[in-house]
Amino acid sequence: MLRVSKALAVAVLLSAGAAHAQTVTMAMSSAPTSVDPHYHTFNPNETLDLHIFDRLVERDTQSNPIPGLATSWKLLDDTTWEVKLRQDVKFHDGSPFTAADVVYNFDRIPKVVNSPGSFAIYTKTVIAMEVPDPYTIRMKTAAIYPILPVDMSNIFIIPKGLGPNPATEDFNSGKNAIGTGAYRLVSYKNGDRAELERNDAWWGPKPHWQHISIRMIANDGARTAALLAGDVQFIEFVPTADAARLKSDKRVALAEIASQRIIYLWLDHSRTGTPVFITGPNGETLEKNPLNDVRVREALSIAINRPAIVDRVMEGAAYPAGQFVAKGSWGYDPSHDAPVYDVAKAKALLAQAGFPNGFRITLHGPNDRYVNDGKIIQAIGQMWTRIGVQTSVDAITWPNYVGRTNKQEFAAYLLGWGFTEASNPLRSLIYTFSPAKGWGAVNRGRYSNPTFDALVDKAMTTGDDAAREKVVIAATKVAMDDVAVIPLHVQKNIWAMKAGLTYAARADEDTRVMDLRPQ
Amino acid sequence: MTTWLLRRLVQAVFVMLAMTVIVFVGVNVIGDPVEILISPDADQAERLRVIAAFGLDKPLWEQYLHFLGGVVQGDLGKSFVFNEPALRLIGGRFPATMELAFTAVALSVIVGIPLGLYAGLKPDGLLGRAIMAGSILGFSLPTFWVGLMLIMVFAVQLGWLPSTGRGTTAEFLGIQWSFLTRDGLAHMVMPATNLALGNIALVLRLTRAGVRENLGLEYVKFARAKGLSPSRVLFVHVMKNIMIPVVTVIGLEFGSVVAFAVVTESVFAWPGMGKLIIDSINVLDRPVIVAYLMMIVVLFVTINLLVDLMYTVLDPRVRLDGRE
Repeated sequence: MLRVSKALAVAVLLSAGAAHAQTVTMAMSSAPTSVDPHYHTFNPNETLDLHIFDRLVERDTQSNPIPGLATSWKLLDDTTWEVKLRQDVKFHDGSPFTAADVVYNFDRIPKVVNSPGSFAIYTKTVIAMEVPDPYTIRMKTAAIYPILPVDMSNIFIIPKGLGPNPATEDFNSGKNAIGTGAYRLVSYKNGDRAELERNDAWWGPKPHWQHISIRMIANDGARTAALLAGDVQFIEFVPTADAARLKSDKRVALAEIASQRIIYLWLDHSRTGTPVFITGPNGETLEKNPLNDVRVREALSIAINRPAIVDRVMEGAAYPAGQFVAKGSWGYDPSHDAPVYDVAKAKALLAQAGFPNGFRITLHGPNDRYVNDGKIIQAIGQMWTRIGVQTSVDAITWPNYVGRTNKQEFAAYLLGWGFTEASNPLRSLIYTFSPAKGWGAVNRGRYSNPTFDALVDKAMTTGDDAAREKVVIAATKVAMDDVAVIPLHVQKNIWAMKAGLTYAARADEDTRVMDLRPQ
Repeated sequence: MTTWLLRRLVQAVFVMLAMTVIVFVGVNVIGDPVEILISPDADQAERLRVIAAFGLDKPLWEQYLHFLGGVVQGDLGKSFVFNEPALRLIGGRFPATMELAFTAVALSVIVGIPLGLYAGLKPDGLLGRAIMAGSILGFSLPTFWVGLMLIMVFAVQLGWLPSTGRGTTAEFLGIQWSFLTRDGLAHMVMPATNLALGNIALVLRLTRAGVRENLGLEYVKFARAKGLSPSRVLFVHVMKNIMIPVVTVIGLEFGSVVAFAVVTESVFAWPGMGKLIIDSINVLDRPVIVAYLMMIVVLFVTINLLVDLMYTVLDPRVRLDGRE
């Protein structure tokens, strides 16, 4: 009897071991808000959904558009995109994927009930669709719109069989969570975990893992500890303080890459008269806003020792920046590497601008949003004080902070911006605030420069990618010469995994278990 | 008894009303949920659409009246973030928090009372002193630090216990519970201990103080003179007299453990209500914050009711009507 139970125990252990080899447990840093891929434009949702659903256009690790459910796309004329679809794709419920499904998705997206952030921002440029055959779609836009493929890389496809406007709740229960993706949803528990099983009929290269268990561990320390304890084998958003230590730990391997998240300072361009949070060197009220003077803006920019911030505050987990995109990415302007730190020149510029004794300013920032945000503004405060701009620093919790930035309540303030395509920050952040056009929507500092706007307009009407890149670079140069904002650094994205595994690090913040493999 | 109960219920309703007003005004002052939730890529028109969808374009008093109208019909509103009824969201997390809280309170009774009795009986012994010294650590060490240390030692270094999460759950009465499986229990050990530490120390010190005080009283001397065994004196006579403050504290602490398990739940990634409320506060998800706090008010009122009823059991002289 004893021998039998021993043999049984051994068998159980062995099978557990075999199952384990095909199973991976990963920890996400924040919980998705829904499984419905059209509910909320929110990065954790994207990370969960990309395992279950596919997009027409996918992104490579550098965020360049690559074929997904679409095999090719091209402009037929200025306002018509022709998209060819894969012909061998089936949804998890067995129904074939065709052009009618795409039409259904574009139709459903604006109708999702109570969406806190609608995907309609990516579908609304398409005003009409034609389906000449089941695997071809022609998308009409009102005006020329060269970045439609980029927008399509944000849209997950669900089957039309789900009927008119399927309920968001039914995705969480798994009933509607039917995609074409590499994995099927087995179960989902809001804020806790998701279990996924490999879809062996997937059209892409076969992923290594049979089963994925996704855990939500928001606490940075706990996430790292779970990896070290072996409870999970793969974690995202490794905190910078831990990354330095994990590098020397043999049990763990890291994967890192320059992200597309720029950390930068806004300066208030909205006031020409008396500024807020800025006074003269002795506390006297100023008649006009010193930040209107480009020399002052440049002085503030070159007074910042970016390499020191990257080294000391970010512990190496960032790259100093002089513009929005990272070096080597599409649309990078070679004339604006990170500005060189120069205290003497900064002081001289201030004196030329009529502030030989500097002025007083309050630098605001969040303390719980971006990596080390509170510490970064403290460091900058000290650096600015060194050139005679006496800086007080005020770090505020994000929920309280973000709304105020949009009401132009601050003089200088820190924010971050993540994007997948180089023209995006130009259009959204520093293009003149234009509600009718929908551009400059988050131009919090209300920067406005007609020369720059004209170049962005030109870029957005240039269909050819190479020609558009030249215009994007020219626009970037104009804005950065004018110090529209002060770029600080581009964050690194860092993943950590059990030693023996490798991961293809991505510039976007998606975590794709399909790209995690044994060495 | 009935008037007493009615009075309590009316009080509870007023507390709840006051609380909803505070939350409405408070969340409004803190910031704008739309700014936090919306995609940064959204344009101006999309922002306006979301503001209207959440009803945030209306004046605050109108939003509040609309909310009260829903409450009358048993609808506390839908979460901005999850688009699910706030009550259902909280209900989904409720069992996880409750089992953790029950275990923590049970631990504080099972460990705290015996240690307290011992320390009360042998105040000058080495062990008695050690227990008292240890109890100081119990309530003075910060929970998050102890939690991380527990993980470092027992999960990372020794590998005895799983570091985070709820583990395998089993269904009972239609709800998923961790305490029914071995794996689930293993997952519960550290968070429950972490949550219980402060309460163990509290119960222990109260018990000790009660024992010390009562041992010198006439009735104990009389009982001893009557020839009762020391254990009967301690466990029947003394225990009954020291239980009233202990029960009060355990009752109140149970409420706090449920309401404020936030830190422990975050450190151990325990998917309970504490994590939900903290996340909801971070994104200013007002319907969830309001519903959660209303539930906590109900919980505290219920606990206090139960504690008051316990008094009458422990001490028949206590009258709930408060007649003069």
